[in-house]
Amino acid sequence: MNVKRVIKTIYPAAIVVLIYVFVTVLRSVGIMNGYYNQILMFAGINIMMTASLNLVNGFTGQFCIGHAGFMSLGAYGAAVITTMVFGNVASPPLQILVFLLGLIMGGIVAMLAGVLIGLPSLKLKGDYLAIVTLAFGEIVRALLRLVKPIGGARGMIGIPGYANLGWILFFMALTLFLFRNLIYSPYGRAFISIRDNEVAADAMGINTTRYKMTAFCIAAFVAGVAGGLYAHVITFIQPDNFSFTKSADFLVYLYAGGSGSLTGSVVGATLLTILPEFLRFLSDWRLVVYAVILVIVMLYRSEGICGGWELPFMKIKRSSLYEEPVFGGKKTEGKGEQP
Amino acid sequence: MRKSICKRFLALFMVLAMALGVTACGGKKETSVGVIGDTIKIGVVCPISGNSALAGKYITHGVEVVEDELGGKIEIGGKEYNIEFIYMDNEASEEKTTNVFQKLIEEEKVIAIVGPDMSKCALAGGPIAQKAGCPVVTTFATNTAVTEVGDYIFRACFIDPFQGKMAAQYVWDSGYKTACIMLNNADAYPTGLTDAFIESYEALGGTVVAQEEYSGSDVKDYNVQLTKLAASGAECCFFPNLLGELGLQIQQARTAGINCPIVCGDSADTPEVGEVAGAAIEGVAYVSAFSAESTSDAAKTFVEKYTEKFKDETPNSNAELAYEATQMVIYALQNAEELSREGVRDALAGIEGLELPSGSMTMAEDRNPIKGGVVMQYDADGVSHYVSTINPD
Repeated sequence: MNVKRVIKTIYPAAIVVLIYVFVTVLRSVGIMNGYYNQILMFAGINIMMTASLNLVNGFTGQFCIGHAGFMSLGAYGAAVITTMVFGNVASPPLQILVFLLGLIMGGIVAMLAGVLIGLPSLKLKGDYLAIVTLAFGEIVRALLRLVKPIGGARGMIGIPGYANLGWILFFMALTLFLFRNLIYSPYGRAFISIRDNEVAADAMGINTTRYKMTAFCIAAFVAGVAGGLYAHVITFIQPDNFSFTKSADFLVYLYAGGSGSLTGSVVGATLLTILPEFLRFLSDWRLVVYAVILVIVMLYRSEGICGGWELPFMKIKRSSLYEEPVFGGKKTEGKGEQP
Repeated sequence: MRKSICKRFLALFMVLAMALGVTACGGKKETSVGVIGDTIKIGVVCPISGNSALAGKYITHGVEVVEDELGGKIEIGGKEYNIEFIYMDNEASEEKTTNVFQKLIEEEKVIAIVGPDMSKCALAGGPIAQKAGCPVVTTFATNTAVTEVGDYIFRACFIDPFQGKMAAQYVWDSGYKTACIMLNNADAYPTGLTDAFIESYEALGGTVVAQEEYSGSDVKDYNVQLTKLAASGAECCFFPNLLGELGLQIQQARTAGINCPIVCGDSADTPEVGEVAGAAIEGVAYVSAFSAESTSDAAKTFVEKYTEKFKDETPNSNAELAYEATQMVIYALQNAEELSREGVRDALAGIEGLELPSGSMTMAEDRNPIKGGVVMQYDADGVSHYVSTINPD
């Protein structure tokens, strides 16, 4: 077994673990406090949201502008499970279980909504989908306001704060890992072919509607999970928190970071979540400077900060597809070297 | 082959997840007193930018009046401390409020927080302050659920039910037997007021003949709803909506042919509502915490100081409540048995007969102040005048 390749395989995971350990150590010695922790948590959630939006907008070439709608469904779905159904669970291990169940539930609710909205609309091309998703976001918001048992317009109070930085980093890493593999799988290739030329993809025998649907549902699921995490960080959710402004935020993160690049989603979401907080010392001028920075980025790098570029571990090289797996794994077809 | 790598990765992540789950349970609670050397810091959270920036302006001004009164020093138990106010922008968003609360509590180590002004923000920030044990006095969060978060959350204003009740009482006392309502169903404030209004009004014997709703502050055209209300023939209109919406609504109501009296919640207490509504503002009544025409000594001093500092402004209830909330914290600091967050909390809970511009105030057991309110009415020039006082029973 080649040491180099072992390192190559684990180091993305190791980086995430290191970030977590680093933050925990800094917190325990008092250099970092709950404030930084909170910002990092929001950054993690925003990365998940941006990456899932990237799958639809950046890789499949559709235009979804109601992504906060999926987030709100996920948030409410998860919160209903953890607050109402299993609200009185006291022991920590059970709470973790309930939390995970809630997140999955949130993801499923969002995904079902994705199917519901995707079935009639994904046969449409281009701008029409944008309008449908925009309407979807608004409908979800309007509907949630009407449901009194989950708080209506007042919002849902008393959601337990189960989410912490560890969980968010974990789900973020998992999302990025799965997305990377998805994009370099036959499915991902199909997504990209639809983005590049839908007619050509159709002519090549790709069932474009089906693949668009798949991308849409996966994105909705991840957005739902992110929404669930969000609900358990902020502990209070309100339909209006998931307005079009929020969807627009994710679009900004996506295009500033670079659409069609997972690294871009990470960089965009992280930078633009931290920046407004970092600029707090400017008080009244804070949001002006933030906007100016955004304009400058888009002027001088219109493809986004990381447009068309990926970190080495965020992409899979063609050659590595034929390599022997690093950990054990049976040798097949004579490729790769003898351990 | 790739599947195998996937499996390994997944296994690695699962182990990682378990490890995280374990470490996550071991968080320690930080206890900080809120006094650094001889400096005491007080956090002020309000929307300096965003949808409600106007309210934020009045809040900062209200707090600045107290800041000027103190002149940067405060004497507690014979010792002089420096006092510092830290203003934080929450953009009227829940998410930013949680960030700002964390920053104030963990980083700035404030002894208490004044604000935020909106119920939704107070509901988002409340649990953080409660967990950290930092007292919060919200200025304008009128929703009942806010102080139910825990024993560290107080408020300076009256609660939605009382406000809705006041409006209903005023409408009924003025002799209007039927009323209609237009509300923003996307916010907790209008819905809370509406529920309380309907309940009290119907208990008094009145009838709500029409109720029309719209969604969100982005709506700028209310003609559909208003035409329906005009057709209902009610004797009085109740608009329990947000500050940024009211001006346009009042103006459009008059154009739509609604000629009956209009009553609003306390958010109408801003001169800018009159500026937007123009001539239509004449006769519009609203319930409020405070009247600048009040004749009590505390009120006079406050209005005097405020108008002296901010030349072309009259204080509204946002400014006044910010002033009161800050005064409550200062009072608690001076009367705390121990100079810590816990001490301030206990002193806040024990406030009795504190003389404030809106009258004498006592803190009830549920951390809501016991105090009355006033009904105000705009004249043709967009200046509001005192009509009557309504006291809690």
